[in-house]
Amino acid sequence: MKQEYTITVYTENQIGLVNRIAIIFSRRKINIESLNTSLTESENVHRFTIVVIETEDVVKKLCKQIEKQVEVLKAYYNTNDEIVWQEMGLFKVPADIIAAKVPVERLLREYGAKAVVIRNDYIVFETTGHREEIEKLIKALEPFGLIEFVRSARIAIIKNSKGFHDKLKEFEKSEPAEELIENEFLNQQEEVFSM
Amino acid sequence: MQTLELTEEKLTPKSTKNISGSVAVLEALIAENVKTIFGYPGGAIMPIYDALYDYNDKLEHILVRHEQGSTHAAQGFARTSGKVGVVFATSGPGATNLVTGLADAMIDSTPLVCITGQVFAHLLGTDAFQETDVINITTPVTKWNYQVTDATEIPHVLAKAFYIAKTGRPGPVLIDITKNAQLQKFDYNGYIKCNHIRSYRPKPIVRKEYIQQAAQLINAAKKPFVIFGQGVILGKAEKEFTQFIEKGGIPAAWTIMGMSAIPTTHPLSVGMLGMHGNYAPNVLTNECDVLIAIGMRFDDRVTGRLDKYAKQAQIIHLDIDPAEINKNVKTTVPVWGDCKETLPILTQLIEKKNHNAWLQQFRELEKKETEKVIYNELNPKDGTITMGEVIKTINELTNGDAIIVTDVGQHQMVACRYAKMNYSKSNVTSGGLGTMGFGLPAAIGAKYGDPKRTVIAIIGDGGIQMTIQELGTIMQFNINVKILILNNQFLGMVRQWQQLFHEKRYSFVNITSPNFVQVAKGYGIAGNSINKREDLHNALQTMLQHNGSYLLEIMVGKENNVFPMVPQGKGVAEIVLTKEEI
Repeated sequence: MKQEYTITVYTENQIGLVNRIAIIFSRRKINIESLNTSLTESENVHRFTIVVIETEDVVKKLCKQIEKQVEVLKAYYNTNDEIVWQEMGLFKVPADIIAAKVPVERLLREYGAKAVVIRNDYIVFETTGHREEIEKLIKALEPFGLIEFVRSARIAIIKNSKGFHDKLKEFEKSEPAEELIENEFLNQQEEVFSM
Repeated sequence: MQTLELTEEKLTPKSTKNISGSVAVLEALIAENVKTIFGYPGGAIMPIYDALYDYNDKLEHILVRHEQGSTHAAQGFARTSGKVGVVFATSGPGATNLVTGLADAMIDSTPLVCITGQVFAHLLGTDAFQETDVINITTPVTKWNYQVTDATEIPHVLAKAFYIAKTGRPGPVLIDITKNAQLQKFDYNGYIKCNHIRSYRPKPIVRKEYIQQAAQLINAAKKPFVIFGQGVILGKAEKEFTQFIEKGGIPAAWTIMGMSAIPTTHPLSVGMLGMHGNYAPNVLTNECDVLIAIGMRFDDRVTGRLDKYAKQAQIIHLDIDPAEINKNVKTTVPVWGDCKETLPILTQLIEKKNHNAWLQQFRELEKKETEKVIYNELNPKDGTITMGEVIKTINELTNGDAIIVTDVGQHQMVACRYAKMNYSKSNVTSGGLGTMGFGLPAAIGAKYGDPKRTVIAIIGDGGIQMTIQELGTIMQFNINVKILILNNQFLGMVRQWQQLFHEKRYSFVNITSPNFVQVAKGYGIAGNSINKREDLHNALQTMLQHNGSYLLEIMVGKENNVFPMVPQGKGVAEIVLTKEEI
């Protein structure tokens, strides 16, 4: 049965890795519902949080393929009841409407939204929660002239996890990961002669 | 440019010397014991080629005629030598021409390190001349790839490249080096081989409890059956494997990539698996009680329909790649690990047995296959020459000592069905990707990989025309390969399918060929073409005894089919021996 799975991937910080991981999904024509990259509690270890709607069998195989990548330390998958998760929404609403219409303010309070920017012409609210709640708020705000909306990727904490510190020690025999090297030359075009 | 002698003293981290990135690349190759490079120069890799000019005595560079040929040659080299194949190519079209070879090496787990030149780092993303996003193009077809924009990265990146290519489940690695990094001088601290990357665990930890469970299953089995793939060869575990099957008295069948891991005449060898494999191992896959898969990945060409594959059997799967376990076939007992380590433990735990009655079942079915297919294929009384009798004659002349390189198609299936092989690494073929055009360049590499052995490239009239320009490489470097074209004047495998499954609607399978002997002559390669049975033995003998490369074209039956066959969408036990059964 297909359901929502959250895949948590611990990786090195490496250019191109997001592509290596993304093509594991696109090769099988699986849509990524959401993808977030972040730091972790362990230094130099990065964390991908990926949401897909798939069967467990497929998700298990995806995780094995992800772990097979040289720069991936570990990949886990979890159902929604095994994680604590949040997504964030930002809503830009015309200021005059908020001032004039009481229901809007009540609505925002009900959804736990708080103002991030208040200006004469518009107000930006943020809210965090599960996807469904944020989506409900969009529906509710639409009649009042929602100017702009954006939702973040999911971030999730695995309930039954002791973090990655111990696991990392297993991986790390002696040396830490190499430093990331970016292209230093892109802004020096005029100074270099090439042929 | 001056060369740099690497001595123990200079390898100490203290020593520094101002060298260019290009020299650092070549020093890395020497430190990795590389002697042969297959490549093709171009604008963005010129600094490396310039440095190579001074390394003539230490590194041999084989100039191919097309970059695709360099990857296949490097694959051939890797397969017969067991070492890493090395490729040089330039940016843009040079690099994109590597893609087919990389994909082939990826699916067949062949260790390669490909070094491509790239435009200057400051030009990346500007659509510069011969700029292609090689890293992203090759990501799905490489085990690892990396772009170097600064020369100081070169020593440790190449060390990583070699380590990743050859450890664990081997595979191709591509390193893209921008031109500025090739030219840049830097303080060289020597080359330190890589033996650990924290996020990469090439060898899973061997879990004894699973091996014990596997041994229990094997010891209780009445009809155990071993199926083995290239993992045995890649793991250099031929001896350990032989000891295992001999102690257990277990019949063993190979996948196309596993062929030659044990001599084809071994008393426990029961033939080839798969769509055009032998009758007995396919049928009895669905009768064994314990199926022991070693270093193989249950490709669809081996399993046929999965819901009709070995459903009655308990399955033990030994593999170094955890992603292969349970990927296609559900495993009862998984044994992760390098089979060179796991097999001896398993051998120790199993009881010494023989399964003569069970083995006899294989031999009985073999008789049926011989009667209906093999005998006529190998001993036709009249009509045109068959591919099978060509292979049989080669077996008689070489006694199974030659390396057989094949291309893709009917001739490949026939060669792998009938060739006799005494030694490991005798079979070089494009198994997973099925790359037509693989054969000729791969044979070049195969010869460099194991120069003492005879290399016979068996190629169809279609495949040869895909990479025929590599005859130029053979000419220039005097490479002693025997080129055997089995010409049926068709793209035979597709024609066979059109005949069997598309009402004989022969859609664009009729291929015209040039006069191959004349073409070879143009390249200074001796040759001959025959179409009569009475000439077969002598023509092959002449080819094998010829001092140097030789091209022999043999005209074979136009519409001969390869049988047996597991028709697509059918189970392995539904293998048919003749076309009437389809």
